[in-house]
Amino acid sequence: MAVINQDQPFEAPSDSSNPAREWRTWKEPGSAVDKVAGMIFGGTPLWWLIGFSISSLLLLLFVFTFLSVAIRGTGLWGISVPVVWGTAIVNLIFWIGIGHAGTFISAFLLLMRQTWRGAFSRFAEAMTLFALTVAGLFPLLHLGRIELAYYILPYPNTMILHTQWRSPLAWDMVAITTYGLVSLLFWYIDLVPDLATMRDKAEKRWVKLAFGLPAMGWRGDSRHWAALHKTTYILAAIATPLVISVHSIVGLDFAVALVPGWHHTIFPPFFVAGAIFSGLAMVIIFAALMRSGFGIQDLITDWHLDAAAKLMLVTGLIVVYGYFVETFAAWYASKEAEWLLVAERALGPYAPAYWAMIIFNGLVIQLLWFKRIRRNVTALILISLCVLIGMWLERFVIVPMSLSFPYLQSMWQQFNWGFWDIITVISPFGLFLTPMFLFMRFVPVVPISEMQQVAVEES
Amino acid sequence: MSNEHNDQGIPISAIPTTTGDELETPEDIARFRELLSKAPRQAMAFQNSGMSRRRFLQLAGASLALSGFTLAGCSPSPPPEQIIPYARVPEEIIPGRPLFFASAMALAGYSTGLLIETHQGRPTRIEGNPLHTASRGALNAITQAAILDLYNPERSLVVRNDGVESTWDEFTAAVEGLNLGSGAGLRILTDTIGSPTLASQIETLLETYPEAQVVQHDPAGYDSAVGGALLAFDKAVETVYNFAEADVVLSLDANFLADLPGSVAYARDFMSKRKVRGDATTMNRLYVLESTPTITGATADNKLSVRASQVESFARALAGELGIEVDQNVGNTAWSDMWFSVVLEELRQSGGRSIVVAGPNQPAVVHALVHAINAELGNVGTTVFYTDPVLPFPVVQAEAFSQLVEDMNAGNVDALFMLGGDPVYTAPADLGFREALENVAFKAHLSLYLNDTSVQSNWHIPAAHFVETWSDGRGYDGTASITQPPIGPLYDTVRSAHQIIGLLTGETASTYDLVRAYWEGEYSGGDFEAYWRRAIHDGVVPESTFEPIPNSLRADFAAALAEVEPQEVSGGLELIFRADPAIFDGRFSYNSWLQELPDPITKITWDNAALLSPATAEELGISREDVIELQLDGRTMQASAWIMRGHPDDAVTISLGYGQRFGPDEDSGFNFNAYSLRSSDALWFRGGLQVSNTGNSYDLATARWHDEMDDTNPIRNGTIEEFVANPTFVLDEETDPVVSLLPEWEYEGYAWGMSIDLTSCIGCNACIIGCQMENNIPVVGKEGVSAAREMSWIRIDRYYVEDEAGDMQTQFQPVNCMHCENAPCELVCPVEATIHDSEGLNNMVYNRCIGTRYCSANCPYGVRRFNFFQYTDEAPVMREWRNPNVSVRPEGVMEKCTYCIQRINAARIEAGRENRTIQDGDVVPACAAACPTQAILFGDINDSGAAVVAAKAQPHNYGLLDSELNTKPRTTYLARITNPNAALVGSGSGEEE
Repeated sequence: MAVINQDQPFEAPSDSSNPAREWRTWKEPGSAVDKVAGMIFGGTPLWWLIGFSISSLLLLLFVFTFLSVAIRGTGLWGISVPVVWGTAIVNLIFWIGIGHAGTFISAFLLLMRQTWRGAFSRFAEAMTLFALTVAGLFPLLHLGRIELAYYILPYPNTMILHTQWRSPLAWDMVAITTYGLVSLLFWYIDLVPDLATMRDKAEKRWVKLAFGLPAMGWRGDSRHWAALHKTTYILAAIATPLVISVHSIVGLDFAVALVPGWHHTIFPPFFVAGAIFSGLAMVIIFAALMRSGFGIQDLITDWHLDAAAKLMLVTGLIVVYGYFVETFAAWYASKEAEWLLVAERALGPYAPAYWAMIIFNGLVIQLLWFKRIRRNVTALILISLCVLIGMWLERFVIVPMSLSFPYLQSMWQQFNWGFWDIITVISPFGLFLTPMFLFMRFVPVVPISEMQQVAVEES
Repeated sequence: MSNEHNDQGIPISAIPTTTGDELETPEDIARFRELLSKAPRQAMAFQNSGMSRRRFLQLAGASLALSGFTLAGCSPSPPPEQIIPYARVPEEIIPGRPLFFASAMALAGYSTGLLIETHQGRPTRIEGNPLHTASRGALNAITQAAILDLYNPERSLVVRNDGVESTWDEFTAAVEGLNLGSGAGLRILTDTIGSPTLASQIETLLETYPEAQVVQHDPAGYDSAVGGALLAFDKAVETVYNFAEADVVLSLDANFLADLPGSVAYARDFMSKRKVRGDATTMNRLYVLESTPTITGATADNKLSVRASQVESFARALAGELGIEVDQNVGNTAWSDMWFSVVLEELRQSGGRSIVVAGPNQPAVVHALVHAINAELGNVGTTVFYTDPVLPFPVVQAEAFSQLVEDMNAGNVDALFMLGGDPVYTAPADLGFREALENVAFKAHLSLYLNDTSVQSNWHIPAAHFVETWSDGRGYDGTASITQPPIGPLYDTVRSAHQIIGLLTGETASTYDLVRAYWEGEYSGGDFEAYWRRAIHDGVVPESTFEPIPNSLRADFAAALAEVEPQEVSGGLELIFRADPAIFDGRFSYNSWLQELPDPITKITWDNAALLSPATAEELGISREDVIELQLDGRTMQASAWIMRGHPDDAVTISLGYGQRFGPDEDSGFNFNAYSLRSSDALWFRGGLQVSNTGNSYDLATARWHDEMDDTNPIRNGTIEEFVANPTFVLDEETDPVVSLLPEWEYEGYAWGMSIDLTSCIGCNACIIGCQMENNIPVVGKEGVSAAREMSWIRIDRYYVEDEAGDMQTQFQPVNCMHCENAPCELVCPVEATIHDSEGLNNMVYNRCIGTRYCSANCPYGVRRFNFFQYTDEAPVMREWRNPNVSVRPEGVMEKCTYCIQRINAARIEAGRENRTIQDGDVVPACAAACPTQAILFGDINDSGAAVVAAKAQPHNYGLLDSELNTKPRTTYLARITNPNAALVGSGSGEEE
């Protein structure tokens, strides 16, 4: 079996009682193939139909929202002057954050030789892709003139007009498109062997064709495997800094501006930690639901969830540290406007959002210190939901709330949250979940080859 | 009518005839609408059933305008008479170059000289006439905004007979059919007559019909000033002030910076004594005793807040202390004794260089006392002057109006011609004018819009706007001007008051001929043609300003004063009425610019509100935007409550002009009509008010969300003593200068900059309308203001701050684009849509803007404005007012102040043609042009001789937020310097809580 020669082989501890080995309950080579093939070629489960229907309806709502805002104007949202950025930007940061966990798990942990990542990596990467799709639409929808969005691209033109590279939005454009492309490649290349397996398992000709075309003639040749691993590692090496850079740059959108509440040097790392934090919450929810849905508890085990929960706790603590530094810096800088903003956050009209954020992101995750909680799937799902809401609120606190209390008190203005903002928050879940459901149903959700390879090594 | 069917095939006989008196209930109004809808064309505005009328106004409608234009043909045409442009006579109209025509606009009888800017025949803008003493180049907000009414698609366009479309000829026939005899049954009810020509026409009418009567009715006029003069001098005189000579000014509830006929000039004069420059050591001092907080109170050096009813006792005490024989034990004397003695002492010491001025809302007796006080202080002849009355018929209108209603009720009135106004709406509620109207057989009403009176009348005649008809008038000091129309009537159905009177007198001459003939009669020199041409060219009739006349108190002044019935001191709350700062008495309620203009103090737009002090609101259990019911003398109205700091306790102020049944806020569901509580014996304030909370709430749209005391005050303040001791006191807070690694950009040619003097700014809003007109700024409607999406490029920030002594102060700061050298907006735009130019302007490239709004987020001044929707979709007629030299911005685009770059470029082209550089004064942005106090200066900061450079060289010059953010703004401010009397600091004007 092809092991990546130039790398250190995975050191499997011999002691099977070692809890660190607990994730590998699945020992028989070959059974993974049947299991995954069963998921794809078997019947459609009821839960899938229900979930898909709901997400499709949400997707329709999203199409409606998108077209309405694009045609009628961004005035449908509650934005104003000075609160010029609202739900669209909050959503952008939120959804990019969701995507981060995928790349973090698949690329970062791959480089770190964390083989346990295998069980998560495929669908986490898919999550990255679909979350990025959602995220990428919001900067467009946010624009006053969506039809002219291409002005931001550095394309040659007769008027010698160019992108203004000092603007963090131009950096965003580069960072997000790069990230999207690398994530797509990474996910796809990793998928090729499994698509080939499905092609071989398929019975109907058109199904064979459907899997065979994207499998691109994969035959399991050792040269294929060698090339695949090389490519995977190169892409992982590219993707890993992107995990850091993309959200750092999104953080710079704010740090570069001189708005009270935005102008903090901590924002780039704070944003990255927050992104992985929320992304892991989404991964945990998906992993927990999917494994009971498909009955693959032996592929994604309690141990996996426990590991993800620990990571979530760590990133969560970084986020809490960020809250502290923000407040400290506001006091330390002795800028009246910054300090008034801190006061308005805690006591002003949006105080409930602020305190909900503190509770969900700061207090609830402290439960994860306990192993019993980390091993309790229901508790994990509930905590992860809290984190998702808390992280959405965090972006709300940062974006419209900071803009609400600018330097001149005469300009202070409450964000007028309304119907269109609410559906703009809800409906993107349709755009995210619909392809996720299709992916779960028709694409191998766990990397068969990788799991099998590890299993073979172990046995 | 000759045809048996109307346009929609409905038999004429099937259309129920109706008289206005049936229109009492909402059903009646609905029926009336239905009737109107059967009469085609003119009713289309009302048919717009899918949309509320408010919305209709906000979007400035479409259909009516279209139909209106088909009436008159689409291209505006000049009037048939010879009109003379202001600057020069063109050989031909040059496309792209505006022509200016001098004209005048009258409000409550007094005229202000204007220049009307036209582009290819379209009037687009009203500016002040520098040659006219009431304007001197500046204008208040209302006068400027009046041009919008010309194009308003809501204008009434057809003659109506009992609600059905008719024609002028039919009206003429109907009038000729009247048997007026000697005119015993004929009454003319008009706005205050200010036009000398109209007055002479009326004299002719009274010769024809000797028993006819002419009654004037202006709900927010200057009755008490006339009454005060009659009481003091036994004759009508005009009081003219010279604030430029006054060292001490005491205002007795007089908002003289905004509300008097000469306010624009007064504001200029008053501020001429407050232009603090480097070596200044003194300035004038303003004491204000006021009820409802006004901009004059905000400008005051020392202010005392009292109820309106307390002013009289103050005036009596002042007069008494000065040795005038007067009963001092009248009314409520619960004002601060210390304040009184300090003010008295200072007035005494001023040596005839002081002014005491009474507000038009104070009763005649206060005005009479003020005349006596000014005489006693020796002010008459130095700061206070008397002239012949400016108004041709200076009478106490309320008395004549009450008499008219009595006559109507007695059946003595057969034919009533109502020229302008809306008396059914504005008449004091106790008179029962509406009911009295039923006793009049023939009622004709001339008005710009269809209103309550129109529908109660047999005949409605659409009125001509002042921009499209000839007339004349006199300013506050008698300066006469000809109202010259730069355009013929937009609609050939409209008529002016001159024509209605002409119809009655059988006059066949045109209005132009009448006006010309009047002035020819007045003129005694040779060559009338040259004189006439000069008069209409300059906008000022030569040598028409009145000379001061000697004037002294009547001999029996004390006796006359004693005869005045003392004011009742009644318990309960006091209700104070005021003319609305924006829509005046209601006549501008269709003017969306004025509706959206924030109240100078409360910043409320689109509505009136019941203003109460925080303490009173707490006592009554009322919070902001509660709908409260006001009950006075058994009559009630509702109003949304607004907690206003600085308002006197135990009093409620309400603005007139809202809640019109045919106005834009008719669909509020509440009766917001303040006239419904007004009685003829207490036009401006009255005690005994009862207030109850209805439990409903009604949202008000304000341009300022944070209405508490402000925690921060970006306005730098100082007293004149502090300034003399340390002229650079504003810089004390400055941190060390920020050093940059990069060399600063050198501006070699022009470098544009602005200076705003916060001492001079009175917060009057004139700049906002000036800018709106110049730069094609759309309105966003009440919803838009509620959502904080106002589009005005210059705003006036109001701050409620505490001074060192703990007194509350209201301060103003106009904020437009700062054109920062280190512009934060430019850094963050990803597409270079906002960029610096070689003259230091921060430009906005609309075509390049994709609407990320990042620039706005990063602008610490909040001056950038975003088109959240397509705000500029307007009726074709509304496009006519637009300035063709300024782009109209589409949805999704950011915009902001350009320093009127179109004016800079016009000056550049002009200078280029003459082969010279642009001189100081060639470029005046619209805001600076409109400013009555010349607080805004603009020019080339590379030109060492420029006025703006001199202002920026002042020791108290600073950049807003510059020390915090190092933005290096090109707009800088001169700190607000005041001259409070140290003896009064910390006493009285503060919050009572």
